[in-house]
This record gives sequence, structure tokens and C-alpha cells, in this order.
Amino acid sequence: MREYVYTITDPEGIHARPAGAFVKEAAQYGCKVTIEKDGREVDAKRIMGVMSLGVKCGQEILLRTDGDGEEEAMEGLSKFLQDNL
Amino acid sequence: MKLEGKSVFGGIAIGKCKVYGKKESFVKRNKVVDTASEIKRFSQAKEQAKGQLAQLYEKALKEVGEANAMIFEVHQMMLDDLDYVESITNMISTQGINAEFAVAATGDNFAEMFAAMDDDYMRERAADVKDISNRVISILQGDQNQGDLGKEPVILLADDLAPSETVQLDKSKVLSFVTRHGSTNSHTAILARTMNIPALIGVDFHEDADGQIGIVDGKQGIFIIDPSEEEIAHYSKLKKQDEDRARLLQELKGQESVTKDGKAIQLYANIGGVGDVASVLANDAGGIGLFRSEFLYLESSDYPTEEQQFKAYRTVAENMAGKKVIIRTLDIGADKQVDYFGLDKEENPAMGYRAIRICLDRKEIFKTQLRAIYRASYYGKIAVMFPMVISVDEVLQAKEMCQQVKEELKAEGVPYSQVELGVMIETPAAVMISDLLAKEVDFFSIGTNDLTQYTLAIDRQNPKLDDIYDSHHEAVLRMIQMVVDNGHKEGCWVGICGELGADISLTETFLQMGIDELSVSPSMILPVRDQIRKSGALR
Repeated sequence: MREYVYTITDPEGIHARPAGAFVKEAAQYGCKVTIEKDGREVDAKRIMGVMSLGVKCGQEILLRTDGDGEEEAMEGLSKFLQDNL
Repeated sequence: MKLEGKSVFGGIAIGKCKVYGKKESFVKRNKVVDTASEIKRFSQAKEQAKGQLAQLYEKALKEVGEANAMIFEVHQMMLDDLDYVESITNMISTQGINAEFAVAATGDNFAEMFAAMDDDYMRERAADVKDISNRVISILQGDQNQGDLGKEPVILLADDLAPSETVQLDKSKVLSFVTRHGSTNSHTAILARTMNIPALIGVDFHEDADGQIGIVDGKQGIFIIDPSEEEIAHYSKLKKQDEDRARLLQELKGQESVTKDGKAIQLYANIGGVGDVASVLANDAGGIGLFRSEFLYLESSDYPTEEQQFKAYRTVAENMAGKKVIIRTLDIGADKQVDYFGLDKEENPAMGYRAIRICLDRKEIFKTQLRAIYRASYYGKIAVMFPMVISVDEVLQAKEMCQQVKEELKAEGVPYSQVELGVMIETPAAVMISDLLAKEVDFFSIGTNDLTQYTLAIDRQNPKLDDIYDSHHEAVLRMIQMVVDNGHKEGCWVGICGELGADISLTETFLQMGIDELSVSPSMILPVRDQIRKSGALR
């Protein structure tokens, strides 16, 4: 299992549109992908759950990848966060 | 009946109201035995809904742009969300209920979750979940044709409109949006702005407004149901003005102010403060022909400092980006009184201690203003004109002050640019000696309001004299001609910055007199430009 802590810099936070983009990205990987905020963990491949975290700009999230290809998934998704959120 | 709401976009709409029939899709709970085929029925409906959303995405992409269309892609993803789908299929299989009910219950659950969040934007996602759920339910129930508005364009009244609803609407049939809920950032609001139609939110209308005539005033945030004839007449007039302006704006923006026979006129705007610059630019004025500097003094509780004035002049000069800005020096007194000046009450203030008379008597006030103006001149193209002049000596004194200011700034190493100097011609005396004044300055600007009042000896404030007050009086017109001729002999350009300058029945007359510049209120720029382009400058 790999973990990565990231602070959101997008002024809009993870709202509908960025949530959609992130979920799409996460769905490409076979391993389990979750994000956690304030102790609540959701499946990063499910948009309703990701949106329900209501992550705002400046808030910290914990990204976890677990299972086959977790390394590659972490690399791709952490880069996605940095580039887009 | 008059209702109030919050304006999302300005403008006027008059037409028949239509309450948008949001079928509060009443979903019955039924027992289902063959749960497997019920799940299949749901899956098919879901796929069909996704297909519709894909089409809406394409439509929205063309109508409102990619950023706003993205929501339909998100909607498709929401329909595929496993939490959502599993919740529905679980309900069907474990409880043995119909797909419609399972979708409705799941939709409500998710919507409640979003609605409970402490974030306006996320709360709107509750509407998204309901929207996608209703779409699936509609398909399951075999409903079609949402958003059919009939033949006539209508004022659309709704609780709130979901994004999919707004996109599905036939836009050519919508005059205005009026909703009970929604925010200024809602899809309806964005759409209204994109479509350029008036929209109000937070209007508590009653359903029986359906079919009645309504008026939406998007500027004032007013919605009138079943208006009186006077109201209809009033708003029809406003609407026509809006339309005329919009038409002019389209046709005349970016066009030159040139007569049929090729004479170019400087068409400038009059302003009374820094905040007016936006409308000057929006109306495509060639410059500012009268910047009334009084606001700085009227808005203040003490003499405005050089720094305060400098900032205001500089801001205007910079915003006008190289277009001419003519600042009229302090014109206080008469009807414009300021407590801290400590001016005596006068019997006849229009002919009293005012304008240049104060400035040349209390030179420290004048000098502060001139220093601010010269300093600002470095940041744009500034000109100065002096009001209420009656003698050459006044002009010489004012010029002497300007010279002093320039020398001071030079000594201090403060940069300034060349500043054109002008005289406002607003007394009969100035008209009669305009040949002499012209030798001293670069331009004349005729202030027709005061000039007319002094020439005709008519107090404009006295309503009893309205009947004999003739703004087109031959005496005034002859004076204007005289000023133009005397100015041109000495190489001065001559403009009009009074109300008469915006009187389009006189535009051609002025052009034939040889007027070089007209300065009018920003809203009159385009109508006057229209008139200039229809006129000939040659007699």
C-alpha cells in the first residue's frame, strides 16, 4: 500500500468537474484507490463519494493505492493531483 | 401584482408567463417478483439516460461552452457511480420493489447527503442527483418531451431549473427566467447571461401566474404579474430604449464618428467621477470631454489632498489609455455647495462667488488641484479647462498658475506631460471676447446650460419660465457660431459639452457651424454618433 498527502490548491476545491476528472483518472488503474479526508475514506473511483467529501482549497487529503500496480497508480495519480488540483 | 427578486441579468421582458411544469414525478411503490428483469429494465433506462446526456453535452457545448457543458459529462459519470447503482440494484433485489421507486429513493438519499453539506456549490449537486434520477424515472415511466414551451415566447417561471432542463429548452421561446430558488451562480443564471436575457431569482410567485401577462425588470429586480396599461406602456418604452441602444451598440461600436461628407468629429463623454469610466468605454467614446472634478470635493468632508486628487485623475487617464481626458477645474458654488469651503449664502448664487472666481481668490486650493492634474498628465493624455471665465485676465492668471506648477514639478523631478489648456465658454462675456481668449488657449468648450441661462436671463430652476425657455434660441445658436469662428481663426478647436451637445435635432446644425467636438453623457454617445453619420458637415 502506498500513501500520499496532498493539499488542494485549486481555488474551487474538488467540485463536480474536477471530481469527475479525478475519478476518470483513478478508474484507469486496476488497484484499489481511495482518498481520505478528516478520517473519512471513500473509493476514488466513485464520483458521488469523492464529491461527498466536499474537499475545498487548502484542505489536505490522503491518497492511498493498494494492490497490483499500486506504484504506477500512485505515480500517475499524485502527478494528476499536482497538475490539476 | 408586483413582486421583488434578485437580479441575475438586466434588461426588460414583457410577455405571457408560463409556469414550468416540473412534474413532481410521483412514484408509486410496487412489488416486483422478477427482480432480475427489473434490474435489467433499470440498466436499460440508465443507458438511455446516458445517451440523452451525451446529446445534451453536445448541445450545451455549442450553446454555453465547454466549461458549462462539462456538467453533463459529470451527470453521466454520476449515473455510472457504483454507490448509486448498487444502492438501486440492492433495493430492487432485496426489497423486491420496482425500479422507479428504487431510483427515486436512492436519488433522495444522495441528494440529502449533498444538501446537508456546508458549501453552496456542493449543495447544488443535490439538484444534480435529483435531476439524473428524474431523468431515469421519466424513461422508466415512458415519458417524453420535456421542455415543450408552446409556440409563443414566454417568461418562464420555475421553482428552479436543472441544468438539463435549461439546455433542453428551446431558447428562442424564452424571454426571461424567473425562479423561486437558485443562486446567481446557478445554471439558469449562467444561461441567462449567455443568452443575454433578463433573469430574476428568489421571486415568490404563485402558480396562478401561469398564462397571465408579466413584466420582468432585470435591472431593478422587479416582476409584475398582470400589469396595468400604464406599466405596460412604461416598460415597453424602456424595452424599446434598451433595444435601440443594443442595436446601435452593435452597429456603431468601433465605427468612426464621421459625417456623410467625410468630416471626423471628436465624440467624447461627460463624466462626474472615476466610476463612470466603465460606461464611457462600454459606449465607445473617443475620450472624456468633460470630467467634472467637483465630485472629489463634494464627496469629501475636508479639502481633498493633492494625493487623493492625483490618484483619481491618474486612474481615469490610465483607464482611458491614451484617449483625451479633459478635466474641468473646480466648479463649486452656485447650486453646488460644500460646507468646509465656508461660503456665504448669496442672493443670486448663479452670478456669485463660484468656479474660477474662487480658484483665483483662494489660490492654494487651485494650486493643489493643478499639481494633481499635471502629475497625472504623465499617465495619459490630459487637458484642462477653466469654468465661468469672463475676462482675458482670468485666463492669464490661470495660465500663470499652471506655469508655476510645471516649474515646481520640474524642480522636484516629478514627471508630467504636455497639457492642453482650454476655456469653457459659458458666459456671454466670454463669447463676445472669444477672439481675444482664443489667442491664449488651445481650445474652447461651450457649456450651453449656463450660456443659455445667462443669455436669455432665464433661471432654469424656475418652472414658471419653462414655456419661454427655448434651448434652440437664435441668440444662443449665433453665439455658438461666433465662438467657432473666433476659435478657428486662432487655431483653437471648439467643442460643446453642455446638454445641447446631445440634442440630435441640432447635430447637423452644429457640424455645419464647424464644431469639432461634442461631449455628451455616455448613454448618448451612440445615438449622437448615429446622427453624425447621417449628417453632412457642408451647408
